[in-house]
Amino acid sequence: MGPWLLRRLGQVLPTLLILSVLIFGLQQLMPGDPALILAGEERGDPQVLAQIRAELRLDRPLPEQYLHWLGRVLVGDFGFSWRIREPVGALILAKLPVTFQLAGMAFAIALLIGVPMGVLSAVRRDRPLDWLANGIALFGISTPNFWLGIMLILLFSVELGWLPPSGYVPLTEDPLQSLATTIMPAFVLGNSIAGVLMRHTRAAMLTALSQDYVRTARAKGLPERVVVAKHALRNALIPVITLGTIEFGRLLAGAVLTEQIFTIPGFGKLIVDAVFNRDYPVVQGVVLATALIFVLLSLVADLLTMAVNPRLRTA
Amino acid sequence: MSATTAVPLRGESPARRAVRRFLRHRLAVFGLLVILLFVLAAVAAPLLAPADPLATSWSAIRKAPSAAHWFGTDENGRDVLSRVLFGARASLLAGVVSVLVALLVGVPVGLLAGLAGGWTDTIVSRIADAMLSVPFLILAIALAAFLGPALENAMLAIAITASPVFVRLARGMAMEARATDWAEAARALGNPPWRLGLVHVLPNIVPPLLVQATLAIAEAIIAEASLSFLGLGQQPPAPSWGSMLNAAQRFLTGAPWLAIFPGLAIFLVVLAFNLVGDGLRDALDPRSDRG
Repeated sequence: MGPWLLRRLGQVLPTLLILSVLIFGLQQLMPGDPALILAGEERGDPQVLAQIRAELRLDRPLPEQYLHWLGRVLVGDFGFSWRIREPVGALILAKLPVTFQLAGMAFAIALLIGVPMGVLSAVRRDRPLDWLANGIALFGISTPNFWLGIMLILLFSVELGWLPPSGYVPLTEDPLQSLATTIMPAFVLGNSIAGVLMRHTRAAMLTALSQDYVRTARAKGLPERVVVAKHALRNALIPVITLGTIEFGRLLAGAVLTEQIFTIPGFGKLIVDAVFNRDYPVVQGVVLATALIFVLLSLVADLLTMAVNPRLRTA
Repeated sequence: MSATTAVPLRGESPARRAVRRFLRHRLAVFGLLVILLFVLAAVAAPLLAPADPLATSWSAIRKAPSAAHWFGTDENGRDVLSRVLFGARASLLAGVVSVLVALLVGVPVGLLAGLAGGWTDTIVSRIADAMLSVPFLILAIALAAFLGPALENAMLAIAITASPVFVRLARGMAMEARATDWAEAARALGNPPWRLGLVHVLPNIVPPLLVQATLAIAEAIIAEASLSFLGLGQQPPAPSWGSMLNAAQRFLTGAPWLAIFPGLAIFLVVLAFNLVGDGLRDALDPRSDRG
């Protein structure tokens, strides 16, 4: 396990290093001079501009700028927001719990829909139930998140008046109200990956059901329900766990538009607001943070796979 | 060329067999028809649209769907049907062009990495890994934000974001192909590496690339709509489904049709590309046993 982890980290570190170069490089795509944006009203004053350039080290050569930036990122300093004059790291940390609540609920919804549907459609392969499940999955994959969100608001908030159309109440403040404000966005997000989970589960179940041990279990005269639930599903869940963990990372991306529509003050809203305000350090920080979370999740996925499959542990 | 194509046992060419299998896939054929309809709408928008998509009319603001305006009118009195028809241009253009660019960049780079191996491969793979570790939409938003709001920049952002998938696919297939006996034979006959890649490997990876590209178009169309929704794509007043949805949000109570039709258009075209992608996958998979 130890050497494996070291080797895996050895793969992750170069990836992260390249990523840092790419994210730093984003700045160079910018059409204007950042000092001009920052100076605002005082953009005509060359002294102010020179001061800002010196402060941000924009007057230094690029490699030096990069190394300075990387050095600070490594100690957790993501720089300052240009707009709100707050450390980017603190801004991100403050928004993360909101998005994690949303993503957690969405993931639970996706699992509750996706896994049973995948199992049923594999067991009833090429029959009406399978077609229905495939249809629902295809619908989930093809519906744009933000459109589904708007349609849900139209139905449940505007027409029926059951749920608030926007806003967010923290779990710690009022759990019930918190659920009411997050259930629609969580469903929208969950719907987008439920279809993917269903397809993974179906494929894994079909593979598992064609294995010898399943035939043996059936030959022993075990009831079909036991064969499906105990023998096939347990093994089929291994790839689903791995892929599911990766899909969780995709929820963070989905949260961008979903939070925007339901005005939920999370991670996704942070990057959108930063884009509107041309608050580039925040945009860079969010991209970097998402990538870190994503890399961490794929590490967790590998660990989980090893935990459930003893044969991989010796490698 | 003919020497490299596998000769089927029953005298039917692989392409013909794929077409026959695809046509038997009813949903995929339906998807193809829907795509053709949208292409027709985009190309013939000036002929089909009942009104100028930019013409405002202060006497017809937010009118519900009627015989005069099938999809109603928007907050500036513009005909929604006409805007949806013209909006197909931005969507399809963004979807197809960005994926084409991603293919043109990703496939050669991936082939090079897979055939060359060594350091080239390590560097290319690490860059692709790094890009793939940022979720698609977040990377596209960040790129579009730094490039500046315009449809061309959104397309470029989507193309860059979509390319590592093709790099990885082409690299994997090239490595697999390099290890086969026929590649060994081609090498032994004195074929230079570039010829090996172009003539021997590329035709073999076309089927999986075609499937991946079709599904990528679906994703790119959603991405373009998302970027336009955020104001980073097609700039108003030019019609785009994403920005129409954004504007519609403010009038959800009084004018829900503003949100329904552009969204339905995105959904249908994305669904169609997904159906065709799934159909192509079934039709082109040589391991598939379904005749």
